[in-house]
Amino acid sequence: MKRTVPLIVAFTAGLFGCLVQYVPHAAAQDALSAAVTWDRIIAAFAAFLGIGSLVFAHVRRVERRQAGWGYSAVLLFGFALMVVAGLYNGGTGPFAAEVNAYPDGTPTPMTWLFRYVLKPASATMFSILAFFMASAAYRTFRARTVSAALLLTAALIVMIGRVPVGAWISPALPELTQWLMDVPNAAVKRAIFLGTGLGVIATSLRIVFGVERAYLGGD
Amino acid sequence: MPTNRRAAPALVALLVALALPAAARAEPGPVLSDYPDDDGKALLVEWPAPAAAEPAGTKYDIEIADADAPDRTGPAAKLPAGTRYAEDLPEVYGFGAGRARYAVKIDRAPPAAEGDAAADLTPGRSYVVLLTRIEPDGTRTTLGRSAAAVPKGDLFDTRKINNIVFLLLFGGALVWLTEQARRNPEGMFVRRIPGLEALDEAVGRATEMGRPVFFVHGLAGISSISTVAAVNILGKVGEKIAEYGTAFRVTNRDPVVMAISEETVKESYLRAGRPDLYRDESIVYVSDDQFAYAAAVEGMMVREKPASNLFFGYFFAESLLLTETGAATGAIQIAGTDAYTQLPFFITTCDYTLMGEELYAASAYLSRNPKLLASLKTMDAGKAAILAYLLAGALLTTLGVPFLRNLATVF
Repeated sequence: MKRTVPLIVAFTAGLFGCLVQYVPHAAAQDALSAAVTWDRIIAAFAAFLGIGSLVFAHVRRVERRQAGWGYSAVLLFGFALMVVAGLYNGGTGPFAAEVNAYPDGTPTPMTWLFRYVLKPASATMFSILAFFMASAAYRTFRARTVSAALLLTAALIVMIGRVPVGAWISPALPELTQWLMDVPNAAVKRAIFLGTGLGVIATSLRIVFGVERAYLGGD
Repeated sequence: MPTNRRAAPALVALLVALALPAAARAEPGPVLSDYPDDDGKALLVEWPAPAAAEPAGTKYDIEIADADAPDRTGPAAKLPAGTRYAEDLPEVYGFGAGRARYAVKIDRAPPAAEGDAAADLTPGRSYVVLLTRIEPDGTRTTLGRSAAAVPKGDLFDTRKINNIVFLLLFGGALVWLTEQARRNPEGMFVRRIPGLEALDEAVGRATEMGRPVFFVHGLAGISSISTVAAVNILGKVGEKIAEYGTAFRVTNRDPVVMAISEETVKESYLRAGRPDLYRDESIVYVSDDQFAYAAAVEGMMVREKPASNLFFGYFFAESLLLTETGAATGAIQIAGTDAYTQLPFFITTCDYTLMGEELYAASAYLSRNPKLLASLKTMDAGKAAILAYLLAGALLTTLGVPFLRNLATVF
């Protein structure tokens, strides 16, 4: 029963989701919209699972003074701060519509934290990518084999061709760069899409017909 | 002027004959019908295009009204002459319909009251349209009012027949190959996938070094096939880890995926006969924010120094942050994703990478279940068929026969 009911639900939902793609009637499309809305509501409840797991895990670490418990304390402080700021909602409370700024234009605490703490932190992480790309390229682009040499050559052409100095060196470089992106790169991308698309269909059919059961938690 | 009595009827006949072509040349009005293969909120207006080229600046104005109140019209569509022919709606007329006829889809209803905004057409309600031609100098010529038509929802989208035929063929091949696999399971050859073969090596290395294995889920939820594939791999890896008693960490960005990962790993430990080794705190929900997730996992990697990192699922920009940090800690790294934009980063920073469908093949490859292997064979058969279709279609299209290309059009 524990496995049969979920399999029946998966089969019914999968079949419905598939068939409704071929039925343009408004009733079918409305049913699909309703199902998607239910899915979002269930996912919202699932957020409590994650929050519970997060809070309990870090509280346990602080209580036991495990290695790195200071980071857990910072996380719990930040978590509590955002929750309080969100519930405060600019003085209107959690049941009013979201307030982003006071009448004089000053941001509310929630907006301030989002704008001046969270967004700069995300931007900082994103900006590290440039340096990580450079270090990954330095470590990886070694012409040890034929394929590695091809990768190195193509990467050099594209990197130089994409910046203004490439056009200054030779007008052929940007054209060669564009050809590399438009022809071999696009061809391989489409090949990956083709394989991935067929894989998605096959895996979806396996799930709908109950052959694939990993999502139930085990074989 | 003839005075002969016989000549008068002949003259009248001549005058009628001269007048008849003019009458025949009078503009025929619009024809209104239900738009096919839709949800019942659109109509199709057609009218013949003049044989001669129309002067530049000529426009057509279509107004719509309820059949019950034909005088209260609202705007439906306005288009310049020389546009929106039948050939522009291949999903309705097929390919090569030509320019002998205008065909316009309208989906706006007349306003309920003066000043109201336009609304959707109501399925089952009767409408009429009025077609007017606007000359370059602004003169309006009414071409006619259509008969009433009723938009209605369709139960089957005939534009997707090619899609359903492909699905049925693919499904049929899957059933047939599954039966073949059941009869001859040894005959299902699957090529070696180094990334999956290396999973044992990764777990073994971590066990020898006394350091944990990190399993990092991607950012997509459980509705993504790549996450389902990742959970499959997690189950197999969990079993190996339970056998060896290695420390294990599974990081999640989605609470539902976390719950499923917990169950999967618990089952793995149970199957390995080591349920006592399972720890709840091994499976952690980190954050649903992309870079917060990346920052947290990187911090865990730097502090705990795992011997092996496994990245499976759908990743975005954080992929390079994660793998580069993992590489800096000296871990062996195996990644698998169907996000083609992140594949270059995984290939350059990881020891093994599963690309696209190799990730989906994981459950079949690791379990060697005949039914799952049959689905791999079906994927290969599908690819072979599509390749043959592409070659034939490209050749025929080059020779001026676009039949196969048109057959594969997605509407």
